[in-house]
Amino acid sequence: MRNITSNIIIEAKGLNIGYKSRKTTTTIHTGLDFKLFGGQLTCMLGPNGTGKSTLLRTVSASQPPLEGSLRLLGKSISEYSEKELSRHVGLVLTEKTNAGGLTVRQLVGLGRQPHTGFFGRLSKQDEMIIDYALEATGISHKADEYTSQLSDGERQKAMIAKALVQECPLILLDEPTAFLDAVSKMEIMTLLHRLAHKEGKAILMSTHDIEQALVMADSIWLLTPHKGLSYGTTEDIILSGKMDTLFPGSDISFDLLHGGFSPTVKGKRSIILYTDNQILRHWTQNALNRYGFLCMESDSVLEYTKLPELHIYSPTNIILKYKENSYNASSFAQLIEIIEDVFHE
Amino acid sequence: METKDFKYIIFLSILVLLLTAANIYFGSVSIPASSVTDILMGNEAEKESWTYIVIQSRIPQAITALMAGAALSVAGLMLQTVFNNPLADSSILGISSGASLGVALVMLGMGGSIITSDITIGGFLSVIAGALTGAIAIMSVILFLSTLIKNNIMLLIAGIMIGYITSSAISLLNFFSTAEGVQSYLSWGMGSFSGISLYQLPAFCSTAVTGLVISVLLIKPMNALLLGVRYAENLGVNIKRTRNLLLLSTGILTAVTTAFCGPVSFIGLAVPHISRLLLGTSNHNILLPVTALCGAAMALLCSIICIIPGESGIIPVNAVTPVIGAPVIIYVIINQKKIGYFN
Repeated sequence: MRNITSNIIIEAKGLNIGYKSRKTTTTIHTGLDFKLFGGQLTCMLGPNGTGKSTLLRTVSASQPPLEGSLRLLGKSISEYSEKELSRHVGLVLTEKTNAGGLTVRQLVGLGRQPHTGFFGRLSKQDEMIIDYALEATGISHKADEYTSQLSDGERQKAMIAKALVQECPLILLDEPTAFLDAVSKMEIMTLLHRLAHKEGKAILMSTHDIEQALVMADSIWLLTPHKGLSYGTTEDIILSGKMDTLFPGSDISFDLLHGGFSPTVKGKRSIILYTDNQILRHWTQNALNRYGFLCMESDSVLEYTKLPELHIYSPTNIILKYKENSYNASSFAQLIEIIEDVFHE
Repeated sequence: METKDFKYIIFLSILVLLLTAANIYFGSVSIPASSVTDILMGNEAEKESWTYIVIQSRIPQAITALMAGAALSVAGLMLQTVFNNPLADSSILGISSGASLGVALVMLGMGGSIITSDITIGGFLSVIAGALTGAIAIMSVILFLSTLIKNNIMLLIAGIMIGYITSSAISLLNFFSTAEGVQSYLSWGMGSFSGISLYQLPAFCSTAVTGLVISVLLIKPMNALLLGVRYAENLGVNIKRTRNLLLLSTGILTAVTTAFCGPVSFIGLAVPHISRLLLGTSNHNILLPVTALCGAAMALLCSIICIIPGESGIIPVNAVTPVIGAPVIIYVIINQKKIGYFN
């Protein structure tokens, strides 16, 4: 088996990132250590304003690190010429482009610029590489359409194809799934995951789509203002409880079971749920949490407490038992009506 | 190059040749076509004045129109691409008024008024130098402003404001000029392709060609710039070098035409759009040569329209160019969503 950890594309040690202007230096993060491996999709998560874009710009050598070492394929990134960099790091951004008057094929062809001559003419081989990238990103049926006619998701795929024909070992994407609908988000993530695994590229993307990232990413970078960067294989990050460091002091918490953030449950009342079905349990909790109930397991409650009991047999057969009374509900709408009635004070 | 693109190049080249011929055969003084052919063949014409008119006036005027049209259009195309702005061109951004101010300063410094005919090659070069300095100075200011002003329309308005400032500086200079100077400034301001004599033509053409050659160097980076500065940088484009070359190229092209033809409006603005609509692409490999040819054809056409009144006089160029150019721009604005070249 191929040893993934031997395929280091990017390695940073003691990296300080930030901005330098003539008078002042603004440091955003200090002492960052990280590696990026070929064949892996890495998702960078973090609240707005924590420096995700700055970190991406530093890794893409668009801005110099303030201190520390940043090595691309073992060589310091500052030793690369512009031309060499364009063949090693491919970028995908959310910025508005003005390439509406180019066909998708022409747009993707621009990615060959680091490899072509004075006028950027494309050889047979270049055309083959472009064909391959259009195919790999699933956009070849749109190859001869104008870029202005693409949907946001298709446009993003075209930009990924552009990065692909640059033939770089490293691809960086700054929020490529922003502004996309749910289907396109998942398509882009799946595409990037496949490209990382099939082409052996190191792919690093920043995103706010945490749930999708936790499904598709091989490793996760958490960038937070106070704790800096934590990284690891996705499941190690989740199970070490680090996800809760992402939004400290806020009213949301990470749901370990479902891999997403939800508002921290604050219930004034408790209720005991009886059901064998995990799906029913989840959605009943979901409903009751909204109405201020904490849900308990039957075996975690002492005998003598007289808490209301809720038996869920099916979504159309729910029985609430409280103070000797019993109420039947045949839908969640009814259940909620009953609860509001019974517990109204 | 695709065969379709090749056909456009051939078609436009023939069109430019025909329009050039038309400019030589027709003029405000009517000369029989056979006599013009005789003169072009180097034979004696019926009247000596006809030979003078064709050789000394019509030929330089046709070539000036051809070169000026190409120069203005290519400058407009480069500005539209670099500022990502369909309404950018050297007159709107104030670059041509910068060139005018440079010319005015040199003219007054040389003790004369703003008249561009009858000057020596040395004078010619200093006029170009003045215009170039003015154009590049304004262009630098605009480039600097573009880092502060992110909104395209606001940048255009800033350019128009700068144009006003330079114009009032020119008015001030005129105030201290002679009545004769003011008169010649006014007629210069209306635009004309007849300001260059046969003797000055080589210097004019070689300067314009220099600007066009530099623009050819910029074809590949301009294609990358369609994706925006950050993408272009990632594709290995040296942004600083590209900006400087662009400054030089648009500066030269604007300066040389403005100094000797006056501030000719609308050609630089409209022709790149006509070319895009014709070709259906923003790819500069084909768009740049087609824009140059279209620009030449457009200027030659305007030049012919100018002589329609015949013996009674010549219409100023700037009275004709807006009539052709403005509808194109309005069409582009109305159909902006559908055309989508700048989306």
